Amino acid sequence: MSVIEAKNLTKVYNPDTVPVNALQGVDLTIEKGEFTAIVGPSGSGKTTLLNIIGGLDRPSDGVIRVDGEEIANLTDNQLIDFRQKKIGFVFQSYNLIPVLTVAENTEFVMLLQKRPKAERDKRVAELLESVGLSEKKNVRPSQLSGGQQQRVAVARALAPKPAFILADEPTANLDSASASNLLDIMEKLNREEGITFVFSTHDSRVIDRAKRVVTLVDGKIGTDVVQH
Amino acid sequence: MRNVTLHLTPHPFFLIPEKMFLKLAWRNLWRNKRRTIISISSVLFAVLFASVISSFQKGTWDHMVDNVVRYYLGYAQIHQNGFWDDQSLENSFDPQSVPASLQSEMQLTPRLESFALASSGEVTRGVLVVGIDPEKEDEMTRLKSRLTQGQYLEMNGSTVLVAEGLASLLNLKVADTLILVSQGYQGRNAAGAYPIGGMVKFGAPDLNKQLVIMPLPLARDFYGTGERLTSLAVNLPGRDALPEALQVLNKELPADEFEVMDFKKLMPELIEAQELDTAGAKLILWTLYLLIGFGLFGTILMMTRERTYEFGVLTAIGTKRKTLIGMLWSETLMIGIVGAVLGILISIPIVWYLHVSPIELTGNMAKAYENYGIEPVIKTAFEMGIFLKQAWVISLISCGLAIYPTWYIWNLKPVKAMRE
Repeated sequence: MSVIEAKNLTKVYNPDTVPVNALQGVDLTIEKGEFTAIVGPSGSGKTTLLNIIGGLDRPSDGVIRVDGEEIANLTDNQLIDFRQKKIGFVFQSYNLIPVLTVAENTEFVMLLQKRPKAERDKRVAELLESVGLSEKKNVRPSQLSGGQQQRVAVARALAPKPAFILADEPTANLDSASASNLLDIMEKLNREEGITFVFSTHDSRVIDRAKRVVTLVDGKIGTDVVQH
Repeated sequence: MRNVTLHLTPHPFFLIPEKMFLKLAWRNLWRNKRRTIISISSVLFAVLFASVISSFQKGTWDHMVDNVVRYYLGYAQIHQNGFWDDQSLENSFDPQSVPASLQSEMQLTPRLESFALASSGEVTRGVLVVGIDPEKEDEMTRLKSRLTQGQYLEMNGSTVLVAEGLASLLNLKVADTLILVSQGYQGRNAAGAYPIGGMVKFGAPDLNKQLVIMPLPLARDFYGTGERLTSLAVNLPGRDALPEALQVLNKELPADEFEVMDFKKLMPELIEAQELDTAGAKLILWTLYLLIGFGLFGTILMMTRERTYEFGVLTAIGTKRKTLIGMLWSETLMIGIVGAVLGILISIPIVWYLHVSPIELTGNMAKAYENYGIEPVIKTAFEMGIFLKQAWVISLISCGLAIYPTWYIWNLKPVKAMRE
C-alpha cells in the first residue's frame, strides 16, 4: 500500500518575477514500511519535496496523495489537522518545546488530539522506553544532549501513531555516536513495528543505512536505488 | 476539494488541551525571567500609582463636598415645587402636607428662608434671613460651633444670630438691635427689631456678609407665614445613605407638590468643578496607561517575534492557530493580571491607611480650609470600585495588545517561519 504518491510534482518559486523551478515533474511512490532517504546536493529540491509531502507547502502542479488523501487542495487549517494526525516530523535542530519536560514533549501531539490521559501515559512510557529515555522523562530538553533531544523528537513524532515519519536532516547536528544510536532506534522501529521513515539528508551515515535512496538532481529524480 | 476524514479515540469532554496551554503559557513567561519581572513591575507600579492617585482625588473631593453639604445645604432638600427657580415665600409649603411617616422616618431640618433689608444707624444692607430649629440645625450643621460671641439660639427665644461679616458692615455688637424690613408672605409688610444674641462666623464670604439666623417661630412671625416652611433639609449620616433616602422621598412625596433635590442639583457648580478636576486627573492616568501600554507592547512584540521558529514547528506538527493564539493571549493577560493584582494588593493597605489616618494640613492651607468650614485634612477614598477599575483597564489594554500576536500567528507560514 502506498503511503506517499507523487505524480508529475512541480514547484516553481517566484513564477511572476524570476521563476525558480525547484521541482520539475517528480514521480515518487513510497510504500508502507519503507526506510527511504531522499538525497541530493543543496538546491536539488529535496527540502521542497519533503515540505510538499509533509503538507507544509503546496505544489505548483501535479498530484500529491498521502495515506490515500489528495492534500494539495486542502485549506491551511485542514492541512494542520492532517499533519497532526497523519505525519510525524523530526527536524534538524530538535525543535522540542523548551519549557516542557521530556514526557510532556512526547505527549504534546496526543494532547492536541485530546487523547485520554491513561492512553497518553501508556504511550509515552512505551516510546521513552523504546528510545532509551525513560529515566529522563521529567527533565527539560536543555538538560539533554543533542542526541537525546533528537530521540525525544522521534518519540514525539511517533506518539500519535502517524502514517509515516518525515525526518529533515535528523543527524546533521549529531556526533557519530549519537547519530548511530538514533539510526539504530529508527531502524529498530522500522524493522519491528513497520514504521515508515522518509529522510531528507546528505549524511552518508544515513544514506548507508537506508533501504532505498532517491537522488534528486535539479528538481528531478536522478536515481532511485534499493539497497540491501 | 476533499475533506480530511479522521477518526480519533473517543475521549471524555473534560480532557481539554487548554489546561496544558495555560501551563505552557505560564512557563513561557518565565523563559525570560528578567523581562517578565520588569513587565509585571511596570504594570504593578502603574496600578499602584493610579489607585493611590484616584483614591486621593476622589477622597479629597468627597471630603470637600461632604463638608460643604454638612455646612449648610444637607444631602438633599425638600421644597414646594418651583421654589428652587423662584425662591420666594409664595413658594413655601405647609409642613402638614408632608406625610407624617416621612417625618418620623427621616431626620428633617426645617427652614424658612427669605431676604430682607437690615439696618443699623445709617447703614442698610440686604440680608438672607433664615429661620431654623436651633437644635435640629445644630445636629446637622454644627451651627453652635460657629458661635464666636454671645449665646446660641433657643426655639422660643427672641434673639437672633448675625454673621460676623455682616455685623462688621453694620457696626453691630452683641446685645445691639437689628432692624429688619421686608415683604412677607402674600405681600404683607414685614418689619421687626431683634436683639442680637450672638455672632457666628462663616468661612464662605457670601454667607458671612449676609446671614441673619433666627428661631423658626420668630422668622414665621416676621414674615407672617404661619406654619409654612421654604425647605426641609434632609439630615443623613453620609452620602451612601442618599440613594435609598431619595427613593423613599420620591415615593412618599407627591411629585406635583414637592421637588426633591440632592446635593448635586443644589450645588451644580461644585460638582462641575469636581468633574473638571477628575477629567484632568483622568488625562494624567490615561497618559500613564499609554506609556505602560507601549512598554507591554515591546515585551509582547519580543515574546512573539523571538519564537517565530518555534511557532513554525508547532504549526508544522499540528498545533492549530487558534490554540497558539490562545496561548499568546494567556501570556499577555497573565502579565497584565499578575501585575494588576499585585498592584492592587499593595495599594489596598496604603489607601486604607491614608483613609483612616488622613494627612493633616497645617499653616495657611489649613486656615483656608477651616475658613470654609472644611476639616483641614487630605484623605483617600477607600472604594473597591477604584481598584477594580484599574484591573479592568489593564485587562482591556492587555486584550488590545494581544491583537498583535493574533495577527502574527494568523499570518504565519510554517515553512517561512522555520527558515528564520
